[in-house]
Amino acid sequence: MLRSLKRTVLSFAAFILIWQAAVAFGDFNPALFPKPQKVLEAFQELISTGLQGSSSGISLFAHIQASLARFFAGYVLAVVFGVVLGLLLGWFPRVFAYVNPVIQLLRPIAPVAWLPFIVLWIGIGDVPAVAIIFIAGFFPVLLSTAGAVSSVDPVFLKVAENFNLSQFRTVAGIVFLAAFPQIANSLHLALSTFWIFLVSGEMVGAQSGLGFLVMDAKNCIRADALLAAMITIGGLGVLLDFLIGRLEKWVSNTWGFGIVKYEKERGR
Amino acid sequence: MYIEVEDVSIKYRQKGKEFQALDHVSLSVEKGEFVCLLGSSGCGKTTLLHAVAGFAKTTEGQVTIGGKRVEGSDMRHVMIFQNYGLLPWRTVQKNVELGLESKKMPKQQRGEIAERYLDMVGLANFKNHHPHQLSGGMQQRVAIARALAVKPEILFMDEPFGALDAITRMKLQDDVRRLSTEEKKTILFVAHDIEEAVILADRVVVMTPNPGRIKSIVNIRLGHMRDRTSDEFIMARDKIFEIFHMKTERAVEYYI
Repeated sequence: MLRSLKRTVLSFAAFILIWQAAVAFGDFNPALFPKPQKVLEAFQELISTGLQGSSSGISLFAHIQASLARFFAGYVLAVVFGVVLGLLLGWFPRVFAYVNPVIQLLRPIAPVAWLPFIVLWIGIGDVPAVAIIFIAGFFPVLLSTAGAVSSVDPVFLKVAENFNLSQFRTVAGIVFLAAFPQIANSLHLALSTFWIFLVSGEMVGAQSGLGFLVMDAKNCIRADALLAAMITIGGLGVLLDFLIGRLEKWVSNTWGFGIVKYEKERGR
Repeated sequence: MYIEVEDVSIKYRQKGKEFQALDHVSLSVEKGEFVCLLGSSGCGKTTLLHAVAGFAKTTEGQVTIGGKRVEGSDMRHVMIFQNYGLLPWRTVQKNVELGLESKKMPKQQRGEIAERYLDMVGLANFKNHHPHQLSGGMQQRVAIARALAVKPEILFMDEPFGALDAITRMKLQDDVRRLSTEEKKTILFVAHDIEEAVILADRVVVMTPNPGRIKSIVNIRLGHMRDRTSDEFIMARDKIFEIFHMKTERAVEYYI
């Protein structure tokens, strides 16, 4: 724990030092490549008043709040629909065989490519950014859930059959829970891409949020604020990743995969 | 007869090739009898067990239990699997309650029954553990408690002790033997080896592969309490070795 903290601090210190050196010794336009201190000042500005000269005039926290709200809305929608449909399609493989060709066609379409279509339909606002996350997450979650269902240990199904569990109880109480570690893993993988897609969604279809802030700062030719927004995006991505990692650990502990135990034995 | 296997054949299609797992097998089992199925891999012993348990469909012939044709799995006939089949996300107690939940039993009553059977298999202190915190032998005990909790008439056991170490296996064999006499359950058991079959069974059904058939049925008359070191045990075991042609005949030399 202490060692990893030391590594983190040293890593950031080196990063800032190299940045500072690059600004000091390189011959860059300071408006385009600001030094770390400028970015820190931009942070203060964003937090207290919001970006100067911007059309929206809301603070960084309001942007973060808007982004996170969209993020969770899109995430929850994608997870609920993806998992429920994935369970059903995994449980009824014959139906899945008919649905799968269409899924395979829709899946490779980049979520960003949906965006103009969605903006045409609904206009800008919260919906496009939420929709883009939904699209980005729905297909991977659906497919990995269906895959997890088909790889559930058949002994669980036999036990369910033997003890006269209803079809609903078998799917909700056995299959879902047996597949859950694998599903949770896919939710973790999806999460980091969700965050990426949210930002790109907000860059086009929103009037608030971190993606919008990035575009806003660019339009105001404020490289320092732009970098501050980017760092915020990265930091929040790390935080979200950490939180779902904790959830995953709890799952693997409860389900008995002993991953945590193994890590403890290796020592930190 | 209680369980009647009447001229059952089971064929599978595997990669376009037809595979005959069972070839016109007939077997009768009395109520309260302990029957072991024994044979090399591919002899259809597991297929036969799963057909009687209602997990596998017969291609020809039929299986009846108590005069009723077996068409699916039922809680009155519980299967015990080699890899235990415990639900890893449930505690030991909740695992034992699984079948009771299907009986729409009130929560308190479920808990009492679960505790009683966990006590019986000697795991009362582990009711709040998760299966992965227990050893293999303890996990199989939980599976046995879970099966007994629904008061089944028949226990099907599919090499239940195959994954356990030798000492634990012998202990559990003794427990199951005692169980069959005390609880008077009919038990159909796929045995892991010859010793296991002889220590447990009233009758041993010896099967041969390609296609799966019954070669012979051996009555084991050793009574309820069995001793692995007794002459009777060794003689019964030798008889089965002979059926498998694994006993080498040789003149015994004596040195005095």
